Amino acid sequence: MRAELKKFKGFNLKNLPEFEGFAPGHRACQGCGTVLPVKLALKALGPNTIAVSTTGCIEIISTPFPYTSWKIPWIHAAFENAASVASGIEAAIKVLKRKGKISKKQKINVVVFAGDGATFDIGLQFLSGALERGHDFIYICLDNEAYMNTGVQRSAATPYGAHTTTSPAGKVIKGQITWKKNLMGIVVAHNIPYAATASPAFPIDLMNKVKKASLVNGPGFIHVLSPCPTGWGCKSEDSILTAKLAVETRIFPLYEVIDGKYILNRKIDKPKPIEEYFKLQRRFRHLTPEQIEYIKKRVDEEYEKLVKLCECFGVES
Amino acid sequence: MGKKVAKEVSIAIADAVAQCKVDVISAYPITPQTHIVEHLAELVNNGELDAEYMPVESEHAAMSACIGAAATGARTFTSTAAQGLLLMYENLFIASAFRLPIVMVIANRSISAPISIWNDHSDVMTMRDSGWIQTFAENGQEAVDLIYHAYKVAEKALLPVAVNIDGFTLSHVIEPIEFLDQKLVDKYVPPLRMKYKLDPKKPITMGAIGIPEIYTEAKKAQDEALKASYRIIVNAWKEFEKLTGRKYQPVETYKMEDAEIALIIMGSLAETAMNAVDLLRKKRKKVGLLRFRLWRPFPMKDFIRAIGKVKAIGVIDRAVSHGSTGGPVGIEVRSALYQSNKRPKIINFIAGLSGRDVTVEDFIEFFEKTYEAISKKPKFSYEIYGAKE
Repeated sequence: MRAELKKFKGFNLKNLPEFEGFAPGHRACQGCGTVLPVKLALKALGPNTIAVSTTGCIEIISTPFPYTSWKIPWIHAAFENAASVASGIEAAIKVLKRKGKISKKQKINVVVFAGDGATFDIGLQFLSGALERGHDFIYICLDNEAYMNTGVQRSAATPYGAHTTTSPAGKVIKGQITWKKNLMGIVVAHNIPYAATASPAFPIDLMNKVKKASLVNGPGFIHVLSPCPTGWGCKSEDSILTAKLAVETRIFPLYEVIDGKYILNRKIDKPKPIEEYFKLQRRFRHLTPEQIEYIKKRVDEEYEKLVKLCECFGVES
Repeated sequence: MGKKVAKEVSIAIADAVAQCKVDVISAYPITPQTHIVEHLAELVNNGELDAEYMPVESEHAAMSACIGAAATGARTFTSTAAQGLLLMYENLFIASAFRLPIVMVIANRSISAPISIWNDHSDVMTMRDSGWIQTFAENGQEAVDLIYHAYKVAEKALLPVAVNIDGFTLSHVIEPIEFLDQKLVDKYVPPLRMKYKLDPKKPITMGAIGIPEIYTEAKKAQDEALKASYRIIVNAWKEFEKLTGRKYQPVETYKMEDAEIALIIMGSLAETAMNAVDLLRKKRKKVGLLRFRLWRPFPMKDFIRAIGKVKAIGVIDRAVSHGSTGGPVGIEVRSALYQSNKRPKIINFIAGLSGRDVTVEDFIEFFEKTYEAISKKPKFSYEIYGAKE
């Protein structure tokens, strides 16, 4: 275990911070699975935090001038470059502390909130650069599996078979034809101290992971699967249920990678039928039995691979 | 006052940036600016400069990092050229709209295609409308002095400044440079204090969405800030003159007092043009030279004043504005004069693209053609000079 993480005992329902960094009254859709992780992350990080957003839903819904939902300093520059903007902020804090212009005692978290398009696609190089340089920051990818802000276009994060406006369920080609990009694999390959997957359906787990990502010296990365009722075609009230089923069907396992060591947070020995997850979402309603069979097989394979990785390190799940 | 030392201009620029006690440097290599960031890396790694040196993975990231660092209250620097400038393009507009005092040196270079590493102004002319303050140096001393000036102005006007130096012809030559004593630099460029920055003690939202009801007002405010920076720019040069005796103004003139015709140029080619002026003056030709040191905000009044009573002006552009009525400077000059009572004839040459030599003889030809324009309507709106048929 990393020394920085030893003292952190974890959040529970009794010690949840009262701090709210993200004000209500924003313009997100009902049941938005992206806003909730932002709120939880800021609760975990506290007020000494500077947030950077990419262009996308979060930026649009939280800052229609002259309104803002951000109770902490927040900046949005462009679509792809949040990791570089955050790098600059972190570098500035470091040198200004050295020069006595910012108090050395003040621990300031720098956190990025980025969508999947901004992370898997257009911003991948920027993320890679920032991770490689080892900036002390937290990057949270809020993955709703498509370009939702522009009206549901496919990204490299869109799962196989899903209907989007640029991977439509046509008569011949039925939805997304590629498998979701292995972002965690790419991130972990940078040998950063902390990476994890998280879900708004497991809020305490998510908060703990954000906190850990902030405690390690160097980059911390969190991949959050964020249901989007509008884009996924699920009911607003089923948003959290959908997120939960993604974990319970093994589609989106919850795990951490600390210094390259894989830890499975929730072992799913008896996965729920994958159809339960699909049934809640219109984006999958066209799936053929063959497609479902293919997905099932591949999901199990990926899960087994992950389990093996975790077993390699012999860490208790 | 320090003594003169012989230095490569790129190295001298880096030394001046270091004298300004920059906090964060983001660096990505591209010819011909690379020596600048290389020397800054040396200074940091040798412990001579206390700064965060960020070797980023692209120029887009370089400007993004400057935006983040400047928004946090740090003094920033980056340097680029040509394709690098184009790659960071969207950030240029964001940096100025955020009113961030970023300083960037552009070692001016042709943009691709064809790919070329040599000098012209086609790179910087693409950022003409980006809201940055833009200055052009003629020689190494001026390049160094424009660095001190850039930090002074950027931090007072809260606008980014691009200092332009001609790639190779300026960046890679060794010139005698007189640096300011450190004490004078400290006086001229006091520590950066930003009223609005990313500070958890006083949170602000930066980069909010601008709905149609507010976008126009935001852009107007920005435009006014850039125009208002003119006074700050000029005053900073006046203060500099008091400290050093070196006088700078937005539009430089050479033998314009009684000139009948004049050429307009930007950057280091002015030195060659002055030789041509001297030669023609010996033959009693009343010729003069104008040089824009300040390009944005456009120094309208200085320009109108500087042209005196010339009957014709030849504008030498170092970039093509494809499909338009002239080179970028030619268009600007014609447009500026349209509202003026002065109406000299304008003739526009595009010359010295991609480092092609523009010689004294060429300048004499420009003067001759400009002289002809007084009595004869030119056959062309602009001429791409010297192109082989």
